[in-house]
Amino acid sequence: MQGMYAVYRKELGHYFVSPMAYVVIGIFILFCAFVFNYDTQAVILQSTQAQMQGMSMPMDLPGQVIQGFFMFLATMLLFVTPMLTMGIYAEERKRGTMELLMTSPITEIQIVLGKFFAAFTLFIAMLIPTLVPVTFLYFTSDPHMPVRIIACGYLGAILVGGSLIALGTFISSLTENQLIAAVLTFAVFLIIWIIDILGSPTGNSATVLGYFSVVRHFQDFARGVIDTSSLVYFASLMVFFVFLTVRSVDSMRWRRA
Amino acid sequence: MIEVKDLTKSYGQITAVDHISFGVNKGEILGFLGPNGAGKTTTMRILTGFMPATSGTASIAGFDVTNESLEVRRHIGYLPEAPPVYPDMSVESYLDFVARIKNVPAEKRRGRVDDAMAKTNLTDRRHELIKRLSRGYKQRVGIAQALVHDPDVIILDEPTVGLDPKQIIEVRHLIKSLAGNHTIILSTHILPEVSMTCDRVVIINKGRVAAVDTPQNLTSQLKGGLRVRVEARAPEAALKDLLVKVPGVKIVQIEGAHNDGHMIAMVEGTQGKDIRSEIAAGIVGKGWPLYELRGVSMSLEDIFLQLTTDDASHAQPAN
Repeated sequence: MQGMYAVYRKELGHYFVSPMAYVVIGIFILFCAFVFNYDTQAVILQSTQAQMQGMSMPMDLPGQVIQGFFMFLATMLLFVTPMLTMGIYAEERKRGTMELLMTSPITEIQIVLGKFFAAFTLFIAMLIPTLVPVTFLYFTSDPHMPVRIIACGYLGAILVGGSLIALGTFISSLTENQLIAAVLTFAVFLIIWIIDILGSPTGNSATVLGYFSVVRHFQDFARGVIDTSSLVYFASLMVFFVFLTVRSVDSMRWRRA
Repeated sequence: MIEVKDLTKSYGQITAVDHISFGVNKGEILGFLGPNGAGKTTTMRILTGFMPATSGTASIAGFDVTNESLEVRRHIGYLPEAPPVYPDMSVESYLDFVARIKNVPAEKRRGRVDDAMAKTNLTDRRHELIKRLSRGYKQRVGIAQALVHDPDVIILDEPTVGLDPKQIIEVRHLIKSLAGNHTIILSTHILPEVSMTCDRVVIINKGRVAAVDTPQNLTSQLKGGLRVRVEARAPEAALKDLLVKVPGVKIVQIEGAHNDGHMIAMVEGTQGKDIRSEIAAGIVGKGWPLYELRGVSMSLEDIFLQLTTDDASHAQPAN
């Protein structure tokens, strides 16, 4: 436990002593603010157009804004998480510090979990500033939009982020090259993001592949619905890739020529 | 303290370490000497639990390096070839991190970190980022890292590489001062380092142990007496004749002539007698031009070369 905490602390500190964390978080917030603004305007425009055309269907404007915002947030994670995870092992192997970790009295699981939770913590810290526009939306909507929807959206984002981080750390443990790790991570993310389009639209394959698609599972959360199967899906992704990372780190002892 | 038996490591076709066996007693400094690529680093990596051996066993402090790796790792401090430092950390926070992963209890951590910095003269650089330090200072941080948890066994892979002469002397002193409380293995390809710091030497070549002894024994083993290299313009037979007759000369070996007609001879004398003046007098007395008369001392270097050069090249006389 002490070993894991030490790795966690070191790793988290590492994000903040290098410009990496600031750059990634800064860009992320900038985009979020921009999209929130655009999203709100688009929804308002849509509703005024509907009114002018004399359609008197009730519209859930804040609900539409928040749903669009969360979908965008999840898409941003595709680009942001590879940057958080690419160096996590690749860098360590290149510098030779893996040799220090692996000859210290800590287990591979402690190393892997310490690093995973550090990236996860940074990711959650990154989400916090996005609460600002969301809180604004909450207070300006009348009646106030349900907190449940906001909470669901964030839970979904955290689960997606966690899964992507687990996958990203695994890929980083396979190579010494950060760039290869980042590109490969992004490619794999993209595939599991849109895996359902690989199936034929009429057959059963699309339904089956749909279960593996991150975006399908996330859509429920963005609408404010918690589906148990989605919870299981994200939890299994995280556990599976953390497990693979442990095996991969363990195998470094044998792989090194 | 350390027991290595028939340790073998192969990478596919290549055998990096081939049935190595040796032991290290508690408090001893063992030098690991060999040319680059001899298998020093591989052996050390196996001992530290960084990689498994193909066959054979090794134990540290009674624990097997493969089956009780975690326990072994608790007892060792290890400096790899390149100091395993994080460039973005300060010296102090880095050592604190290492102390944490080495299971130093919280209440002792501060003292141990200070202690390690004091021993390696890093105290005044404690807040500096490691990336701003020079090569020599980084190496010291690497050594401090191996000491910080006060391990029983310290394994140092080329600890003086990249240091300037003054720092090398400091590091050697440091290593010597650590002996007694710690058992130390250090690898090097620098010969004087071994004779200066180590109690015992393992000479390793092509993955095999070529010799295990104290530096003194190794040197005296092959040191017959003073050897002198003579270069003069003289007929071969006459020169040999003259040299053999010089009192105190044991062996004369004519090594042949240069193309400019200079004859070269290696003369070995009995121990404790300087034969140089009489050789000079003899040659000059004959009226032969004498070009060079040089004492050749047998050092660890010669032993090392003798032990580590191929048998094939032994068959032909050197030079």
